Amino acid sequence: MSYARVAVAVALVGLALALQVTLLSRLPLPGATPDLLLLVVVGLALSHGPGFGLVLGFCAGLSSDLVPPADHEIGRWAFVLTLVGYLAGAARDETRRSAFVPLAVVAAAGAGSILLYAGLGALMDDAHVTWTAVTRLLPTAVVYDVVLSAFAIPAVLAVVRRTEPDGVSR
Amino acid sequence: MSRDTRRTRLLLALLLVTSVSLITIDYRGGERSPLDGLRTLAAAAFGPVEQVAAAIAGPVSGAVDSVSRLGDGREESQQLRRENDELTRRLRTSELDRNRAAELDALLHLAGAGRYRVVPAQVIAIGPAQTFSWTVTIDAGTRDGVRPDMTVLNGDGLVGRVKTAGPSTATVLLAVDPESSVGVRLEATMEVGFTTGQGVADGDLLDLRLLDGQSTVVRGDRLVTFGSQGDTPYVPGVPVGAVRRVLGTPGSQTRTAVVVAYVDFTALDLVGVVVEPPRKNPRDAVLPPRPQSTPVPTVTVAPGAASGPGTGG
Repeated sequence: MSYARVAVAVALVGLALALQVTLLSRLPLPGATPDLLLLVVVGLALSHGPGFGLVLGFCAGLSSDLVPPADHEIGRWAFVLTLVGYLAGAARDETRRSAFVPLAVVAAAGAGSILLYAGLGALMDDAHVTWTAVTRLLPTAVVYDVVLSAFAIPAVLAVVRRTEPDGVSR
Repeated sequence: MSRDTRRTRLLLALLLVTSVSLITIDYRGGERSPLDGLRTLAAAAFGPVEQVAAAIAGPVSGAVDSVSRLGDGREESQQLRRENDELTRRLRTSELDRNRAAELDALLHLAGAGRYRVVPAQVIAIGPAQTFSWTVTIDAGTRDGVRPDMTVLNGDGLVGRVKTAGPSTATVLLAVDPESSVGVRLEATMEVGFTTGQGVADGDLLDLRLLDGQSTVVRGDRLVTFGSQGDTPYVPGVPVGAVRRVLGTPGSQTRTAVVVAYVDFTALDLVGVVVEPPRKNPRDAVLPPRPQSTPVPTVTVAPGAASGPGTGG
């Protein structure tokens, strides 16, 4: 694992977290907030594989659990994004087959992350997690994530290609 | 290759178990979790980053807005368009300043009426909707005298309470959060109850439960905070909202109603943290003037009194 790869991941995760809480959550959009952090995890996992994906997912999720104004149990996003990073990384070889694979991965990650996060909350009797809250978030989250991924995933891949020109990825 | 996948799977299991352990520790800890130190540390590290990001992101979102408004000017010269853009931007920022000044004015007025000592702060970050909770970050922290469990308000009324405080930022749990429970009193009948949030998406609504099942509550009844023991987390007398709909539950132990909060939680900007509660409960002196029942002053002019003070003698 090269230092450049780690540095790029740290920079992208930090940027995504900052944009998420200061800009994206302020946009007057109904329902969910476009999940830039999820797209960074998916994008890097798709290019570096499951091993890198799951470690990145854990670190990104833990940061998301800690960065203010987070107020839920620490570890919830870490759990969710670890799985997302691993599964997206496992789909790396499929991306050669079709250009739609990344889109499908993003849609599945968007829906799956919300369901898993809500499920963990339901286990702990989280008063926030209600059926109406989940059904209101789910469709909008998938739409926003897929639309944003059209810009975010190519951007992430371009950054990777620029920093690792020797073509370790893919 | 197979050894590599086995190692990856082992790592996956390890990190998932770590996550679950963290969740369990934090969940068992409740309000006084052993992981709160980690939260404060993260606030100290990432709070300043958010302040910078918010300073940059604010004008960006304003620019996006102003560009979307400048749709029809294609035949205009490039020069005019640039000028227009610049002027719109300036107008929008001055409008923003004016709005902030008005908000500060309202906040100071409310704080003055209730004799609260407040530290003004600005909302710099909002939690993503995916976390299901309604929390915001403000740019005032322990260095400004902000501590956990302090009341947060703005010019309209109750915003919430401070949940955790870092050196330069603090996290506020909004009153519309389903886990936020506020002790309130009805202005008209002095009845006591408490509200819990329904989430912002439903339009700033709160559920009200009155402790006395026999109490009468009608649409339009106004609520102020009851004040908690030792004035934490809620100081008394802060306007909360007005009853919109009374839910008919005859024979039940408590009476319930739906309340519309005075504060617009989707457009929070300037807020105040009450660092010093009032010495005396302000009761409902802080409530906004009732719109329908404002007495119309009838001016009766007595003959002879019409002349001004200067014309006498």
